Amino acid sequence: MIAFVIRRLLQGVVVMLVVGFIAFSLFNFVGDPVALMLPPEATQADRQAMRETLGLDRPFHVQFATFVGNAVQGNFGISLRLGRPVSALLVERLPATLELAFVAASLALLVGIPLGVYTGLKRNAWLSRVFLTVSLIGVSLPTFLIGIFLILIFAVWLGWLPSFGRGDTVMVGAWSTGFLTASGLKALILPSITLGLFQLTLIMRLVRSEMLEVLRTDYIKFARARGLTNRSIHFGHALRNTLVPVITITGLQLGAIIAFAIITETVFQWPGMGLLFIQAVQFADIPVMAAYLCLIGFIFVVINLVVDMLYYLVDPRLRIDRAVAGGH
Amino acid sequence: MRSLSRLLDSDVFWSFRRSPLTIVAAATTLACIVAAVFAGWIAPHNPFDLKTLNLLDAFTPPAWTERGNPAYLLGTDDQGRDVLSAIMYGSRVSLMVGFFAVMLAMTLGIALGLLSGYVGGKVDAFIMRVADVQLSFPAILIALLIDGVARVALPKESHDTLALYVLVLAIAASGWVQYARTVRGSTLVERNKEYVQAARVIGRHPVAIMFSHVLPNVMGPVLVLATLHIGTAIITEATLSFLGVGVPPTQPSLGTLIRIGNDFLFSGEWWITVFPGAWLVIMVLAMNLLGDWLRDALNPKLR
Repeated sequence: MIAFVIRRLLQGVVVMLVVGFIAFSLFNFVGDPVALMLPPEATQADRQAMRETLGLDRPFHVQFATFVGNAVQGNFGISLRLGRPVSALLVERLPATLELAFVAASLALLVGIPLGVYTGLKRNAWLSRVFLTVSLIGVSLPTFLIGIFLILIFAVWLGWLPSFGRGDTVMVGAWSTGFLTASGLKALILPSITLGLFQLTLIMRLVRSEMLEVLRTDYIKFARARGLTNRSIHFGHALRNTLVPVITITGLQLGAIIAFAIITETVFQWPGMGLLFIQAVQFADIPVMAAYLCLIGFIFVVINLVVDMLYYLVDPRLRIDRAVAGGH
Repeated sequence: MRSLSRLLDSDVFWSFRRSPLTIVAAATTLACIVAAVFAGWIAPHNPFDLKTLNLLDAFTPPAWTERGNPAYLLGTDDQGRDVLSAIMYGSRVSLMVGFFAVMLAMTLGIALGLLSGYVGGKVDAFIMRVADVQLSFPAILIALLIDGVARVALPKESHDTLALYVLVLAIAASGWVQYARTVRGSTLVERNKEYVQAARVIGRHPVAIMFSHVLPNVMGPVLVLATLHIGTAIITEATLSFLGVGVPPTQPSLGTLIRIGNDFLFSGEWWITVFPGAWLVIMVLAMNLLGDWLRDALNPKLR
């Protein structure tokens, strides 16, 4: 177990170093930072002095080490577009993205699992077919189109819900939350459906196929032979055994939700990290891009690590496999 | 002629004829491709010919509505361009980017998968590790990052000319992993079969064995993957263009059209964005259905 964790940790560190290297190359090789910071009439001596203060005259590996050191402390420099420290910008935008991702993930789980159980138990009911067909269409619809269609129907035509922004937010400490105001909650509805719909269909299909699989196994037949009620078999025995893959897939999808938040945030002008990143790409705001790159890389590495370890803890068969595979 | 009758007689064609949904999907796909390829001839207007544009025609709603003009079946956009024609030209860009991205991803994936499976050892471990890491990030994020980095790295003047190539490259680089894994898996099986050993014994070069002996035997699943991948690639392209980092505005794809139309959603001009969106969905849905059918038709277990 310890060897496994250490190996995965090392792998995560390597991935982070690669991501960091890409971010660092963006800073240093793309465009000339000295030219960006100095006025055009600066002399050669000014440039040289600037290079020295920025440490650009030092050897490559020293510069990279300095960059990593700064990055670990959350220091990514100043946004070229907004003229403010990048870390402050990210911290300010973080609550919006996390709240959106949280609501979307909860929606996907709370609706996806019951639908999956229903379609798994009543395979041939017409309602099940409707759910499955709709989910197929949902998979073919790109996220941004779902958002646009929702805006068109519920914001433009019906006028029920707001089409952009977070509504009124309340500061709880340093965290700006939209959960506490009516307009904040209303503003969450459309973006979270947009973001969660794909995961919802995914979870529904996963739970359905797992249920079908589990219901065929011997211990379910045995439970039936023992005369247990359907309710206890379906929920006590079958559903519980489908949850292991559901948990891991959901964990892995958390990363996808944060990535797809870029699209949803653009459609709904949601003031989160994704919108910040897209604007940074459009304006070639390198410090923000580099910081976002590192942050998202870090989130993914952590999620993968946690999911891998959960897998390892939950499924004993995997431990034997890994031990054998690692043994030769 | 003989190959045609062989095709009409085959199992695959038989299963095609038996599935009405697949026939509809194939017809839709064909129609979309024809509309895109021959846009220059069959589109009612040329949306890029500035001489024919008339700002007085701007924001004409679809022909069947009250203020509609029969000359513009699906209405016009803010500059008086015919939406239907813009869609036809736009889907040409979308299909082209999707097609070339899939081709590139397939080539890259096949080459790396063959190498990984046939050579094995450290090469295999390295390629598969990279694949594992890449697979833990969503493809769209990787394409977005490559595209974003390329935008910053390339000089401003060449953005518009290079944007399409960068886009193809970004989508391909985010999609090669599946091909590599599939090819590697089949190669591991094929490698130990007698015909490969025989080829090795008579002294054929490893590269020749990989491409002329192993490759034809692992191509089936790869082609199925490619058919399913085209839909995803087109959606990725549309998403990137919608986010404003994809194709240049001078060559609008379906995603760009949706992005442009999105600005007019609130003032009631819904047709500028809804029709390109619907076209995109129908095209991708048809292609996905076709891919699903092909996967089942080629799967001997389901026959």
